[in-house]
Order: sequence, then structure tokens, then C-alpha cells
Amino acid sequence: MIYDPSWTAVFVFGAFVLGTVGLSFFLGRKAKSSEGYFAAHGQIPWVVNGVAFAGDYLSAASFLGICGMIAAYGYDGFLYSIGFLAGWIVALFVIAEPMKRLGRFTFADALDSKFNSRGIKAAAGVSTLVVSVFYLIPQMVGAGSLIQPLLGFPHWVGVVLVGIVVITIVVTAGMVSTTWVQFLKGSLLVVFSAVLVVMLLNRGFSTDNETFQTIGPLAADSVRSGAIDGRELIPPDNGWEEHEEFVRLQRDDDLGFDLFHVEPTAEANQILLRQAQSVTKTADGKTLIDGAPLGDGDGERQLKPVGAVSKLPEGKTETGKLGPISFFTTLRDSEVMLWRNEKFKLADGSTATVHYQKATEGTKVLRPGEHPKFAGIRGDEATGSLNFLSLMLALFCGTASLPHILIRYYTVKDGAAARKSTIVGIATIGFFYVLTLYLGLGAMTSGALDLTDNNMAAPLLARSLNELLFAIISAIAFTTVLGTVSGLILASSGAIAHDLLGGVLGMKLSGESQVRIAKIAAVIVGAIAIVLGILFKELNVGYLVGWAFSIAASANLPALVMLLFWKQTTKEGIIWSVVVGMVSSLGWILLSADTYKSVYGLDPADAIAPFSQPGIVTIPLAFLTLIVVSLLTQPKTDELVA
Amino acid sequence: MPPSSSGDSAERRFNTRLGLILFLIYLALYVGFVCINAFRASWMDVTAIAGLNLAIVYGFALIVFAIVLALVYGAMCRTEPTESAEVSSDNQPTDSGDAQ
Repeated sequence: MIYDPSWTAVFVFGAFVLGTVGLSFFLGRKAKSSEGYFAAHGQIPWVVNGVAFAGDYLSAASFLGICGMIAAYGYDGFLYSIGFLAGWIVALFVIAEPMKRLGRFTFADALDSKFNSRGIKAAAGVSTLVVSVFYLIPQMVGAGSLIQPLLGFPHWVGVVLVGIVVITIVVTAGMVSTTWVQFLKGSLLVVFSAVLVVMLLNRGFSTDNETFQTIGPLAADSVRSGAIDGRELIPPDNGWEEHEEFVRLQRDDDLGFDLFHVEPTAEANQILLRQAQSVTKTADGKTLIDGAPLGDGDGERQLKPVGAVSKLPEGKTETGKLGPISFFTTLRDSEVMLWRNEKFKLADGSTATVHYQKATEGTKVLRPGEHPKFAGIRGDEATGSLNFLSLMLALFCGTASLPHILIRYYTVKDGAAARKSTIVGIATIGFFYVLTLYLGLGAMTSGALDLTDNNMAAPLLARSLNELLFAIISAIAFTTVLGTVSGLILASSGAIAHDLLGGVLGMKLSGESQVRIAKIAAVIVGAIAIVLGILFKELNVGYLVGWAFSIAASANLPALVMLLFWKQTTKEGIIWSVVVGMVSSLGWILLSADTYKSVYGLDPADAIAPFSQPGIVTIPLAFLTLIVVSLLTQPKTDELVA
Repeated sequence: MPPSSSGDSAERRFNTRLGLILFLIYLALYVGFVCINAFRASWMDVTAIAGLNLAIVYGFALIVFAIVLALVYGAMCRTEPTESAEVSSDNQPTDSGDAQ
């Protein structure tokens, strides 16, 4: 889709960004020392910290990724909401208070509290960096997606812009400003998402049978005649002949063709033609939409927005206002038009991606198993179920292992405040996740979806309701990215300055020197994030975050939990657990079918890892490693006495 | 020493035990949800309450139950007497939010 920039959106967006950076400079005065920079002097009120938890956690993955996945496939995206929230139970009941008691600035502080070991600092510092970088990628991808409809800039401009703003925030004020940015962002995100859901329920559903043409039912052999419905049939050539499920009809204006998907009907020898859309990348780098050049000028075409209810119960054309339960029961009895795609090479070397409609019963979008990555749970192969179990385990264990979440426990004064702020965080985050199912399904039926980028589902849903709301929601989503990226860069810079340079290399750094080095590290990590955000622009941000959770859960959680609850844990056990958990999960992801397909462009069937999500193997492996190594390295009795 | 060691205060041990019990309750509910999806996905299509299928009812229940358990934990946790002493030794000033 080509987006026209909206001046309202530009104004609201500018106000949000300027406000955020201004706040950052203002609060920067309080963060000269390392205590201020890394931990806000432990002075953040627990209520503010709790909402800031929500701000930190409700990242681009939650708002953009989950809503996008629900909009494209239905309930499957909501599984992420459930898993993401369940992880907070581990954080509250197991991790929160000990983490506050044991640590000072970083995750490594807590892990190393008992042993004072350079090896632990090194392993935990590197793990923090790896997890943070993996978590940064989807945030930056999300930023790029947002900038396109908001300001009309290309994706990479959005990535660079968010990178620069975030580096400015982190370099100017550290944890104090990051916390307040998170607090404001978390509050605004939840409030305006609730407003969006209320407006959505008030609008209800209506059928749309006009944007895309449907022809038929026709005799099955009519696709081999010269014309259909009075329009000339373009003879299949240039490779289209190998894809008989698609036919092309001539247009009156000669702007390319109209593409249709041939769909069998319940009656034998009868077919239905539903309009599809194609994007062709030619060998010389041009982009064609249904055979015409991409653009919004004369002689050019662009993809139309999609997403509709095709049939409502009892033949209605609109429902009017709906309640929170009747929203689901109405959708259950309706038919929605989902879009699927197929990609193939044409004879002239160009690549065509065909997007076609798939009429889907409402019941199917309200249950798990429609998304290709979750379809395995309804199949016969065990790997499908294992992949699902693995993801849900990683989501459950991952939250309490994310470095940028863990360091937030140091910004409050004591364990009780850590506990209370986690409770506030759970309430805020839980409420938001309930809204995601409404937002995603609302976007699915809004007629506003962008076929090339499902990450934009929630903001485009807002646009279908109200232009000002779109501007506000987009600006909040952008601030969402700013806040989460700030937290991640802060965690990374702390790991470099405090854990690796100070703890491992033994550099004697004053508080101010540590802060200076952390700021330099923030610039470097920010630059890396910008590059990765541009490289990974095609991937769904929610799915990318699943990887970060797997690495965090495998590398960090086993060591943290065993340190707290198993007295025989040794420093060698912790080091090996972190290293094995990190390397095995990272290696598994890099050798998985999803990475082969989406990152390397290779045949996913050649992937070495048997399924994509590593957690079910690598989390137990890290626990096992810790137990075995600890038992092998128990201190001798006289050392224990000493 | 790990925080659950015998050197901990009675309040801290109570809080730790309470946290673990609530954690196990939630874990059982979560494992149930995940296993139904993984091994009996068709059960999720069954209408459960008010015309809603099990997938939606169970999913929302997991979210609401997490909030409820968090509030129960917050209400039942005991204040640790040593904590204020630990805090003052860290030179950490109090603030209005923490006073609640």
C-alpha cells in the first residue's frame, strides 16, 4: 500500500516525540551518578514503576505483532498474549523480591551476588547483550512499519529515526527518563486501546461485497473459454499457465489486468472466481501491481486495503452496536474473508506474489490452529505439538529472564515495592492483552488491512474509525517502540560498562566513567539495532520476539531459579548453564526451518533443527547442565567451613 | 545464601511459600491450557459459556486469574521487618508512592 502522510498525524507524532525527548533532557539532570543512570537511585514510586513495567513490556510485539497476527489468522495471535502474561506469574511469585534483594544495577549483579565471579559476570553480560539485540530487532522493524503510513517515509527512515531518538533518550538521562517515558507510554497505550475497542464495539460489523469482485458460480470449463462475464480472458503465458488456480481478465482501461482466484464450489463442475491481487517484482527491479506500475499517479496502481465480513448471521448487512460477548458470538456465526498468498517465479525471471481471498467460517478464526506456524497442533505429526509446547514454555519462562525487565526491579526501594509494582504491572498488562483479541479481530474485519505488512493492523483499524485516533494510536505505538528500545539499550549498555568492562576486565571505573562508557555503548548498540531493523523488515514482530523469549528463558532463567532455590548451586554450574542455554537456543534458532526460509532464503525442508522453537529442549538442557556441573564442582568440606 | 535459606525471616519464608503455592496453582491451569491445545485442539472449538468457545473462555480466564492471583498475593504477603533497615543502609530515600 502507498500511504498519504496526514498532517494531523505528523503534528501529533511530532508532539509526542518532542515531549518524550524534552522529558528526557529535563530528567537527565538527575542522572549524573551510576546509581542514577542505571537504577534511578531506587526512587521510582512503585505505582509508576508498575505502569512502567507495562510500558517496557507492551512493546511493538504486543501492540503491533499480536494484533497483526490476530488480524491475519485469528485466535493464534492471542496465544502470545496468554503466554506473555503468564510469564509475569513467574516474575511475581518467584523472581521479583529476590531479584531486588540480590542485585544492584544489572541482571549479572543478582546472578553473581553469592560468588563474586568474573566468569558469571562475563556469561550474564554476554547473555544480556544477545537477548537484548534479539529483542531490539522486532522493535526496530515495528518502528519502520509505523513511519510509512504516518509520515509517508520509507521503512528504513523509520528505523533510523527511532534509533536516533532512542539513543538521545538513553544518552541524556538513563533509567530516570526511560522509566517516565515508559510510564506515560504504558498509560496512554492502555487507555487509547480501550477507547479503540469501545469505538469498535459501537460500530459493530458490516458486510462488504463491493471492494473485490466475485464472479460465478460458473461452469468449471469456462476458464478455458475466450471470455468470462463479458470480459476477455488473457491467455496464460510467461509461467501463469503453471498456476491454473489463477486467471487474468482484461481491464477496460488497459491498466494491467484483474486477477481472480478459481475456487471450487460445493456443486460438482462449478467454480467461483474471487478477485485476487498480485505484486510482481521484475528482473530489472520494478514493481507491478496486477501488471501495472506501482504508484498512485495516472497509469499506476496500488494494492487495495483488505479485511471484511462477507456474511453476517440471518443475512444481515450490518449488526449495529455490539457488546463484549456478542462481538464474539456474532463473529462465530459469520463468514470472514481472510487473505492468503502464494509466491512463484515467472518465465521472464520476475517473481509474483499473489494474494487471494479465502472465505473462512467465523468459528475458525476464534480457535487456535489457523496460522501456518500453529497448524501443526491440528495435524498428525508430533513436531507440530512439540513446536507449540516449546513456544508456550519459552513465553512462560522468558518474561522473568528479560534483562530490560529485570533491571526495573532496581528502580524501586525494596522487595515489597518490587512486589507491588509487579502486581500493578500484571493488572495493566493483563487488561491490555484482553483488548488485543478485540483489536485484532476488529482489524481483520475493518477493510483497512495492508496485505504487505500485517504489523500495521492496529493503527490501520484506528484509521478506519477516526483519523485523529489513528494519529494518536500511531504516535503512541511509536513511543511504545521508543520506550522498549530505550530499556533494551540501557540494559545492554549496563552489561557492557558494569559487567564486562568493570566486572570482567577489572577496569576500575568511577561512577561517572561507568556512565560515560555506558553512553558510548548505547550509541554502538543503537547503531547495530538500526542495521538489524532494516535487514529484518519482512518478519512479523511478534514472531521475532518469540525467539528473544526462547534465548532469555534458556540462558537466564535456569541459573536464576537454581541460585534462589538450590543450595548446591556453584559458580561453575551457573556459568555453564548460561553458556549452554544461550548457545543451544541461539544455534537452534539459526538452524531452524523458519530462519532458513525467512532469513537465508533457503528451502526450509533442509533445516537441521527438527522444529522451530527451541525452548522445550534448551531450557531443560540448561537446568540439567547446571545440576550436573554443580554436583561435579561442589566445594570440599574444609572450603565450606571457611 | 539463597533467599529461601533458614537465615530468612519468618515473614520472608511465609511470602516465599505463598508465592510458590500460588505459582503452582497457576502453573497447573496454564499447563492444562497448553496441553489441550497441543494434544486435543478440537476441544477448543466446544462451546463453553454464553456461546463462547473453550479457547476464548480459557484464554480470558488465564489472564483474569493471573490478575486475581497477583492481587491475592499482594493482600496476603507479610511485611518483612528487616527490610526497612536494609533500605536505610543503602541510603535510599523513600517517596510518596512507596509509603502506601
